[in-house]
Amino acid sequence: MKINRIWSWLFFGIGALYFIFPLVSTAEFSLKMRRGAYTLDAYWTVLADPRFQQTFTYSVLMALATIAFGVLLVVPTAYWVRLKLPRWRPVLEFVTLLPLIIPPIVIVFGYIRLYNTSSWLPLTGSAMGTNLLLMFGYVILSLPYMYRAVDTGLRAIDVATLTEAAQSLGAGWITILARVILPNVAVAVLSGAFITFAIVIGEFVMAALLNRPSFGPYMQLLGANRAYEPAALAVIAFAITWGCMALIQFVSKFAPRAPGAQH
Amino acid sequence: MPEPFLSIQHVRKSFGATTVVQDFNLDVEAGEFVSFLGPSGCGKTTVLRMVAGFEEPSAGRIVIGGKDVTALKPNQRNIGMVFQAYALFPNLTVAQNIGFGLKVAGVPKAEIDSRVAEMLDIIKLPAGEFGNRYPYQLSGGQQQRIALARALAPRPKVLLLDEPLSALDAKVRVSLREEIRSIQKKLGITTIFVTHDQEEALSISDRIVVMYGGKVEQVGAAFEIYNRPATRFVAGFVGTLNVLEGTLGPAGKVQLGSGAFSLRQEPEGVRAGDALSLALRPEAIALGHREGNDAMLSGEIADVHFLGSVIRVRVRVGDSIVSLDTFNNPATPPPQIGDHVEISFSSGDVLLLN
Repeated sequence: MKINRIWSWLFFGIGALYFIFPLVSTAEFSLKMRRGAYTLDAYWTVLADPRFQQTFTYSVLMALATIAFGVLLVVPTAYWVRLKLPRWRPVLEFVTLLPLIIPPIVIVFGYIRLYNTSSWLPLTGSAMGTNLLLMFGYVILSLPYMYRAVDTGLRAIDVATLTEAAQSLGAGWITILARVILPNVAVAVLSGAFITFAIVIGEFVMAALLNRPSFGPYMQLLGANRAYEPAALAVIAFAITWGCMALIQFVSKFAPRAPGAQH
Repeated sequence: MPEPFLSIQHVRKSFGATTVVQDFNLDVEAGEFVSFLGPSGCGKTTVLRMVAGFEEPSAGRIVIGGKDVTALKPNQRNIGMVFQAYALFPNLTVAQNIGFGLKVAGVPKAEIDSRVAEMLDIIKLPAGEFGNRYPYQLSGGQQQRIALARALAPRPKVLLLDEPLSALDAKVRVSLREEIRSIQKKLGITTIFVTHDQEEALSISDRIVVMYGGKVEQVGAAFEIYNRPATRFVAGFVGTLNVLEGTLGPAGKVQLGSGAFSLRQEPEGVRAGDALSLALRPEAIALGHREGNDAMLSGEIADVHFLGSVIRVRVRVGDSIVSLDTFNNPATPPPQIGDHVEISFSSGDVLLLN
């Protein structure tokens, strides 16, 4: 038993070192912009860059739009399938897994072929149309995570009985979704939202190929032309992702507790 | 007979090729408490769900207060429902749960608050102590009371209770069923109560509908159901019953084992030599002779169960086993297995099974 624990800790330590060393090295390198001293110069340079502010703001807005559309799409769909079409759940699970199998580059080329300026729906013909297309792309990329988060939240409550209880009290579908279902899966939705946020902030392929001014292509551009700033940017991107993960952990504590059958 | 408040007319429900409710008919008067009693899968909950609007009848119609509601959605029927699993909204406090239906109906906040306080008073949970609690902070019995208050708050036309006591422990179940009946009487609300527990149904209902295999076996008051079961199923399902297989003898006497006795009423459509199914409650049979009993049979003690205040004795009479209950008397030892005994009963207590 004791030997097993030692082995466990050893493998954990090797894994942690493999993960932490590059991060520490990157962070250390990002602080060495001024010769002979550790400073935050690279960070100040990045933060003061108008393109950083522009691309970061753009990606944050895209992330918020993606989350809003994703929630509106996924929550009613997952709810309805759980309530009325339980036999279709495996199909939906498969469909929501497809973005993990199909590379984003294939998806975005498909988009460009379908929605180019000479197509029946020329979304790429305007900046707003392309933004919309990019947002739909992000919704697809985040679908495996958002759907699973929401479905797990729905599994924790008795969807059918709560729905019937609300119906018997006079509630219609919108009231049931807004006041009974959504508040009870809010923490699950938030978890999905934070993962979506992290995905959108770091996404490169779709934004680059649709030529939108987002944070991912900016990181790539900076990496190709500067030395210390890309390292600072990588640390910032990590901090955002980890911040999102910490928020998921934090909000999970506020999930509504299902009443016990009997005390 | 007064106009029924709730009328279920020729209702049938099929799921694919399986018919789970067949030609169900029932008229319920305003303020009446009717229980649907039957084993699992008999269709009682399906009928309740059709009244609530959660299931659509395959045939027939449902009328509430003179209005045909068959095609109405559940949220348009003004029906209160209490579920076995309580179904309280976990994200809302007790007060918000009770006020949910009123809020949906657009009732002003002041009126909701006063109605919530009134409902908490009715279910005897002080508003100050319980109003701001969440469902997970309540016991099972308290949760079901809140569910009852929530169902009653919008003043529904009909209250439907779907096995509301099944998830509770025995003691809470008894006290809560009495409380439900008392609140129902106080508010005068027409109520349908679904249960598979005969004691529950017998103790609180104005009338009981006994169901089996999707069909109504018998409708009647508890006394009638228990003492005059209309079918063999009702006789066996409600209470403990001795079913005796005898033969009608030549002089109108029933032959049972080596004994015979006369029936008070001659059975219709049965001729001498025909087999007869008879039923007797254990409490109607005495070990030895009891004053007023006009029928007597001989048998042998097959089994003795000491149950505390009561001793249940099983006597073999011919091919039948007859159970009877005697009070425990510390001065008299219980009978022994193998003893030859005589049992007596009144022929007026014998039930002829269809």
